[in-house]
Amino acid sequence: MQKRMWVVFALVMIVPGLLFTVSCGKKKIASDPSSVTSGADVGKKGGEGKDSAAGKLSEEEMAKQKALEEQRRKEEEAKRKLTEEAKRKLTEEQARFENEDIYFEFDSSTLLPTAQEVLKKKVAYLKANPKINVVIEGHCDERGTNEYNLALGDRRAKSALSFLANLGVETSRMTAISYGEERPLDATHSEDAWAKNRRAHTVIE
Amino acid sequence: MTNAMRRYGISLTTLVFFLLIFSDKCDSAFEYIDINNPFLRKIPIAVPFFKALSKQKTEVDLGKSGSQTAGETLAFTGFFKVMDRGAFLEDPQSAGIETAEILFKNWVAIGAELLITGGVNVRGDMVEMEFRLFDTFKGRLLVGKRYEGSVKDERKIVQQFCDEVIYALTGKRGIFNAKIAFVSNGTGNKEIYICDFNGTNPRQFTRNKAITLSPAWSSDGKWIAYTSYVKGKPDLFIHHLKENLNSKVDHEGLNITPAWHPQKMELAATLSFSGDQEIYLLTETGKIIKRLTHNNGIDVSPSWSPDGTRIAFVSKRSGTPQIYVQNIESNQVERVTYYGKHNTQPTWSPAGDRIAYTSMEKGETNIFSIGVNGKEPVQLTHNARDNESPSWSPDGNLIAFSSNREGNSRIYIMTAYGTDQRRLLTMPGEQSSPQWSPRIVNY
Repeated sequence: MQKRMWVVFALVMIVPGLLFTVSCGKKKIASDPSSVTSGADVGKKGGEGKDSAAGKLSEEEMAKQKALEEQRRKEEEAKRKLTEEAKRKLTEEQARFENEDIYFEFDSSTLLPTAQEVLKKKVAYLKANPKINVVIEGHCDERGTNEYNLALGDRRAKSALSFLANLGVETSRMTAISYGEERPLDATHSEDAWAKNRRAHTVIE
Repeated sequence: MTNAMRRYGISLTTLVFFLLIFSDKCDSAFEYIDINNPFLRKIPIAVPFFKALSKQKTEVDLGKSGSQTAGETLAFTGFFKVMDRGAFLEDPQSAGIETAEILFKNWVAIGAELLITGGVNVRGDMVEMEFRLFDTFKGRLLVGKRYEGSVKDERKIVQQFCDEVIYALTGKRGIFNAKIAFVSNGTGNKEIYICDFNGTNPRQFTRNKAITLSPAWSSDGKWIAYTSYVKGKPDLFIHHLKENLNSKVDHEGLNITPAWHPQKMELAATLSFSGDQEIYLLTETGKIIKRLTHNNGIDVSPSWSPDGTRIAFVSKRSGTPQIYVQNIESNQVERVTYYGKHNTQPTWSPAGDRIAYTSMEKGETNIFSIGVNGKEPVQLTHNARDNESPSWSPDGNLIAFSSNREGNSRIYIMTAYGTDQRRLLTMPGEQSSPQWSPRIVNY
């Protein structure tokens, strides 16, 4: 309620102010010697009335130019939005590609069906972006000991890598790195955290 | 290799010890500590303040600090109960420190079975210290030694004598010159640190500013191998403890779990460049000598038998991680653990008869030890959350490990029988992966 009151108040204050400015502008145009050069000639022939007609004409021109300017601005804006959108889409795609992890069961490096689906999407992305190289990180939950988990993480990264390779991604574009349990996504100690941490994560190099 | 061995074969002693074995006939007394379970009954030992031989103030101070160091050092082994000085009936400051001057019945009366007397004689910056270990029941001198060294090295001198005490009582050398390497993340990254046998004097060894893991001492105590992500992936680094000498093993994939051969300058480590995690034998500079394991699946964490003929390691060849032993020459493999579904981190005991390992079951991780033949598995930690990374002290009497029983992961010590579990040190961050050095390390 109060907000609306403020808006009304603001309009009451500003609108007359704008009108005042516009009328001032008109006067200025009329008395501006440079813009009146032609107008003055016309004025000499047509007197006072014609002088005011000349003012109207320049007003029309102004309006036209303003419209043109407005259009140009809109077009530019649209273009900017388009490239921004494209960029955003690209980073979004890239982020989705990087962030969509695949998950494993405890002490396993077998690719689950859901993991295979995610990897198939990664194949499509990698084929569409042939210049991109990737690192596939293998991670484990905190259970089990560090050294064993380094080996398990290695197997996880490698099984994701060979799946991608079997679907046609060049092995020269992929590196497998195990982080074992050294870099958990969720450092809490719960089934949920463990499930999140048993993952293979893809990073664009 | 021979060059390297020659180069580092001569160890520099920082102390000049003046050693004198007293003329009294010393009994060899190995029967004092039961080798079957030396921790079953702690031997009550009295360590009165050492005597100020020329009555100087610095001698009195050194006598107090020295006897305290001796008590703490001996108590650390788990063999002894160091008696409260308030109970003593006799004061060696006045009574004297030699056999003829001691009224042994005064020590027997309070229950002390062993007695250590000491004398301190300061001359300028140098100190002469003499020590005697007595059997109070027999009234007999077991060992007597005299040392001379710098005043600031008093602690080392006392520990040197404690080593003689342990040798006289067990027939084996002590651990007081050994170090413990471990991992701590106090700086924000896991780095390797080294502390003294009792947790004092921790110093940062690596400054990789990257995940650094799995320190492993060479058998001569002069090199440490470890894994670090300093180049963005798990590579193996082999560093000299004091000199700027190092090698790198950076094959594609894993380069982890180094374990030095107990006699040769060679190490076993897990590499996965072939696509499979296998254990290899490497030279001291990291060149591959040969592949040791041949099995599709995880093979990791080698630990040498003390004679260097076999390795214990973790393999998933049966479906779950279990401990196996393999002969290096014949490649014959035997499974050691059958109990439990997740057995890792084998470490062979210095005596060669047992393997300590980590077993995870029902949400808890505990340390076990088992005969190399797979018999007599013994659980050493109980109901104390996660306990990992067992490491035998060089005399085989203690096991260092990490535990989060008090919240953050810390380094703990226990006897080889699981008794006397205590925290080794407290420092910022979390600590893990303790590794006892060989018996003597100069660092």
